[in-house]
Amino acid sequence: MHDAPALLDVEGLRVRFNPKIEAIRGVSLRVERGQTHCVVGESGCGKSVSALAVMGLLARGAKRHAAHMRFDGQDILGLSERDLQKLRGDRMAMIFQEPMTSLNPAYTVGSQMAEVLVRHRRVSKQQGLDRAAELLAKVGITAPGMRLAQYPHQLSGGLRQRVMIAMALMCDPELLIADEPTTALDVTVQAQILRLLRDLQQELGLAILLITHDLGVVARIAHKVSVMYAGEVVESASATDLFANPRHPYTRGLLACVPVPGTIKRGEPLGSIPGTVPRIADGFVGCGFRDRCVHAMPACAISVPSRDDGAGHRYLCHLQ
Amino acid sequence: MLKFLARRLLLAVLVLLTVLTISFALTRLSGDVAVSMAGAQATQEDVETIRKAYGLDRPLTIQFVSWVAGIASGDLGRSYLYHAPVSELIKGRLPVTLTLGATGLVIALCLALPLGIIAAMNEGRIWDRGIMMVAVVGQAMPGFWLGLVLVIWLGVKWQLLPISGVETWTGYVLPGFVLAFSAVPALMRLTRGGMVDALASDYVRTARAKGLTRMSVVMKHALRNAAMPVVAVAAVQLGFMLGGSIVIESVFALNGVGYLAWESIAKNDFPVVQAVVLFLATIYIALTLIADLFNAVLDPRLRIG
Repeated sequence: MHDAPALLDVEGLRVRFNPKIEAIRGVSLRVERGQTHCVVGESGCGKSVSALAVMGLLARGAKRHAAHMRFDGQDILGLSERDLQKLRGDRMAMIFQEPMTSLNPAYTVGSQMAEVLVRHRRVSKQQGLDRAAELLAKVGITAPGMRLAQYPHQLSGGLRQRVMIAMALMCDPELLIADEPTTALDVTVQAQILRLLRDLQQELGLAILLITHDLGVVARIAHKVSVMYAGEVVESASATDLFANPRHPYTRGLLACVPVPGTIKRGEPLGSIPGTVPRIADGFVGCGFRDRCVHAMPACAISVPSRDDGAGHRYLCHLQ
Repeated sequence: MLKFLARRLLLAVLVLLTVLTISFALTRLSGDVAVSMAGAQATQEDVETIRKAYGLDRPLTIQFVSWVAGIASGDLGRSYLYHAPVSELIKGRLPVTLTLGATGLVIALCLALPLGIIAAMNEGRIWDRGIMMVAVVGQAMPGFWLGLVLVIWLGVKWQLLPISGVETWTGYVLPGFVLAFSAVPALMRLTRGGMVDALASDYVRTARAKGLTRMSVVMKHALRNAAMPVVAVAAVQLGFMLGGSIVIESVFALNGVGYLAWESIAKNDFPVVQAVVLFLATIYIALTLIADLFNAVLDPRLRIG
């Protein structure tokens, strides 16, 4: 099913940090231009590692393989560090979970923002600062001129995340990877940041790869969703299809954990999935979710079929 | 920033007062000054004459107050050995000691910073281990011994560098290197530690995500944050070096403040001893103050509060 070339097309991504354990076991992701693709899953399932692998920002010693990894049709797997640097911050940008520590405490907001444009567009520092002021205003920061001269410690968490977003947009990237951008923020600020991301996407035609463990976030912003479990994408579909018709037992479990107003009965416990994500060593076969799955059958220990409903809804399970 | 400055200054003055008291007390505690000044053959009368002449017969509090009052008006006392004001003795020898200290610090930083950065960038690999092993050996090697070894090989056997005196700048190379050697391991470990932390930090990941070159990520984003503790310790190390110049200046026969101190201690020239102690301590305090200020320039978070 490869019609129009996707902006980001990752097939069979594998990442390993130590010789025995593979953290990512064959992840495939397609992010279309101008769309939001959410990757959702529990802590430790490999969402962030997948994103870092795409950016080429994995820690030293991590090994990365893939069937292919293309950005705008160009192979980025075999790219040299130098060529990858030219892509990063320019055509693909990334923001992180911790706005409190993701900005350098030693430099002003303005200088950190300006240097992106100076690096990729060879402009003067002043031109960089002008662009930075313009973007700070765009992400809803009042008095951008004053903010440019401030240091990160003088800003609140929400403001810092807005600065991170503005900084990521300096070179008008086509792809923005957002790794749990709202997790560390207050609930009210979370909503503002999500709205900002959605508005920016519509205005700039930005593709967003959003990593989250919050299905509420997914429901509000996603076009497509990939559900990850133990280093694999166990189900992927359009957001509407996934919420209406979840196929994988893990996805169903996740959805059951989200309280929906009106359907919860007083005194009844909220849904939860028993157990935790297993460590999957080499030589593991079958379904990684079988120990926690109510539908587990003997066949689950032997193999997992990959199913496709023909309309882009794919999942890994024996259940039809 | 002004509040920060005022607080540090006040602290420095308090430390200085403490040093004043201690250096005065130490010279008085080291035995009867008048007796040792008079020498072994002196009679009781000689000793009494000296005691009177130097005001040592007055109560200690009066001696202390008059000494402090003298210092406040710029008079550090007179050396009985040289029959000259101590301030002039120090002034005459200061250039040698300061040049030596500066040479030592520059050599130390030129070695410690690059080595620390290289070690951090290769954390856990062969380069890192090699560098850290050299640091351990360096830390264990006494300065006077290294000084003598270098004198024997570079000075006497190969005759590359002068082994004593500072007629030309080359005279500073060997003692400067020996002085630097004691400071290098500490500065290098600190640089490495700071860089390892900085390179693993979120803001360095951000810098990489922005597509900055490796050079810019390491030298601009990581080093600026890793440098803060290094600057503070470098200043303190310079203080140690100036103190350590007492040993090095006597090994290399350099006529600096350190040599003066060594001489006066040996001959119990107490006005000089207490003044040199005070002087070196003042430099030490000033250096720490400068390090604080420099840190405030490097770390914006320190400027407030």
